[in-house]
Amino acid sequence: MLDDRYALAFRLYPYEHSPDQDAEAPVRHPVVVQGGGPIGVAMALDLGLQGIPVLVLDDHEGIGQGSRAICFAKRCLEIADRYGAAEPMLDKGVVWNLGKVFHEDRKVYEFNLLPEAGHRFPAFINLQQPYFEKFLVERVREAQAAGAPIEIRGKNRVQSVEIFDDHTRLQVETPEGGYVLEADWLIGCDGAGSPLRGMMGLDFDGRVFQDSFLIADITMKADFPTERWFWFEPWHKAGASTLLHKQPDGVWRVDFQIGWDVDRKEELKEENVRRRLDAMLGPDVEYELVWTSIYTFQCRRMKKFRHGRVIFAGDSAHQVSPFGARGANSGMQDVDNLGWKLGMVIRGEAPDALLDSYCAERRHGADENILNSTRSTDFITPKSKISHVFRNAVLDLAQEYEFARPLVNSGRLSVPCVYDGLPLNGPDALPGGPLRSRVGSPCPDAPLGNGFLLPQLGGRFTILTVDAEAPDAVAEDGVTATRLALSAADDTTGALAERYLGAAMSAVYLIRPDQHVAARWDRYDEPALRAALRAACGKGHDR
Amino acid sequence: MTILTTTPNIPDGDGFYSDLIAAHDGLSDDESAALNARLILILANQIGDRAVLTAALDAARPKPR
Ligand SMILES: Cc1cc2nc3c(=O)[nH]c(=O)nc-3n(C[C@H](O)[C@H](O)[C@H](O)COP(=O)(O)OP(=O)(O)OC[C@H]3O[C@@H](n4cnc5c(N)ncnc54)[C@H](O)[C@@H]3O)c2cc1C
Repeated sequence: MLDDRYALAFRLYPYEHSPDQDAEAPVRHPVVVQGGGPIGVAMALDLGLQGIPVLVLDDHEGIGQGSRAICFAKRCLEIADRYGAAEPMLDKGVVWNLGKVFHEDRKVYEFNLLPEAGHRFPAFINLQQPYFEKFLVERVREAQAAGAPIEIRGKNRVQSVEIFDDHTRLQVETPEGGYVLEADWLIGCDGAGSPLRGMMGLDFDGRVFQDSFLIADITMKADFPTERWFWFEPWHKAGASTLLHKQPDGVWRVDFQIGWDVDRKEELKEENVRRRLDAMLGPDVEYELVWTSIYTFQCRRMKKFRHGRVIFAGDSAHQVSPFGARGANSGMQDVDNLGWKLGMVIRGEAPDALLDSYCAERRHGADENILNSTRSTDFITPKSKISHVFRNAVLDLAQEYEFARPLVNSGRLSVPCVYDGLPLNGPDALPGGPLRSRVGSPCPDAPLGNGFLLPQLGGRFTILTVDAEAPDAVAEDGVTATRLALSAADDTTGALAERYLGAAMSAVYLIRPDQHVAARWDRYDEPALRAALRAACGKGHDR
Repeated sequence: MTILTTTPNIPDGDGFYSDLIAAHDGLSDDESAALNARLILILANQIGDRAVLTAALDAARPKPR
């Protein structure tokens, strides 16, 4: 009855009997996270590191085999770094900058991501998802040892939920039978197929793409460069498009677009997978299959991510096609956004309404991601004859003319969204201030002494001053913002000034616990800062 | 005010028109469609202005009779 739905790569949380299972009355937990994928575990880390007791229920005993996500973007790593988990990811991950685009048998062009200097993290690393998840769980273990109130229960499957105004009641299945739990807050991180969404009868609408992709992770002796190669209509005909990408441990990801009407079982037979790989790599290249799978893609999201005391995050709330690597990357941004808000509401520092802003902000993010990945998918798999004609016209022109290259869309790599015009935002009153650090944006990193700026931000409200005066701390209605006093001269490379001052001489930023800009001015203005701090906590705007 | 130029703007219209048709000489339907697509992309890039492009798309759309 509790059979595994997938094989494990790492068995990290074996089933253990919990005293909750013997309790007379259901035990109530402040927060239960349903699902221990990357997003559920990151959620637990965020809350646990704030000191909020959090219980993760996962229906397996560890991390599933098979690398789904391989590209982890800078913002995702910055968030993981806030949780103290990014170092091993960076050590293990493969950094790449060069991409090549091919059409049939010719190279159309190549691009360099040209990473901007002065950031702690690269634009992207390639890392197998099981490693990403393992590093998060290892960080949980470390945090637990230091007293963080986090618990992960393996082989605990949520079977059903009952929803009340101020809590939920969960029926949980284990190898030893069922038990009942209660949660003040339930976070649904149970993936794209979200059983929780189903139990609550909630919507998940969008578009299914009529195509399938065969994914093969292989190891080979041949020495391909650490680059991203993308073929449109490759000469070898092994797929309508093909992607080759390097991962750690000498593993390569090959991704074949194989059409809609395919016999999955047949296609996944080793000899058939090898037939495609041989066509692409040539007969003399030796390789071993590590993992294969077939995916179909959809772009869809829930109408609302918050339903009273139940909140959805990650794939359960929104699903995108993998072009552009926006799944796990955006799920991490959900956690980043939700963690501090839920923490403040639970501690009584902010009204319940603050949680509605999670839905508004992350839905905005999801829509941007869905838009981008839908456009990529439409370019890669044209849906009509004329769309195919235009796609190939772009590829033809791109070989010769620079202007057409930006139109080539083999996936727009994940960048975090800016919460433009959303309710938590305060004034943007920094004349000449840079666009990239406008109100609503995630703070851009910058060098600072021997380190970087971002590790000094986040987890609390910060008043970042650049060549401006301000008090060391401002407390407003139970919430304190503390000052980080900087000078443009602190960064001799000029990046800090370029990213935070622009044409201005001085700046005061109010920065949220998730490192997004809440408001900014050219100088300290106490009433304005207090009002912005209240607004950023969901307490409304002064009229 | 429409931002799209909808009054005659091409000197030697007859000459341009015949060049346009001649560009398709000897092409199959598929090759012609490809040429048209390339031409549209080149012209669109030349225009560049997103609002003008949107107005042009609107103007080109079939009108209900
Ligand atoms: C081929 C492919 C390539 C991808 N590439 C990228 C990429 O390069 N970059 C990127 O950012 N994203 C990528 N993604 C997306 C990424 O894999 C997902 O976005 C990510 O796994 C979502 O994490 P999650 O924690 O929300 O859900 P999941 O990883 O699906 O985790 C859900 C968890 O909930 C558990 N669960 C389910 N039901 C229950 C229940 N009733 N009770 C208890 N537990 C339950 C499951 O066992 C699982 O552990 C890719 C996806 C695919 C398919």
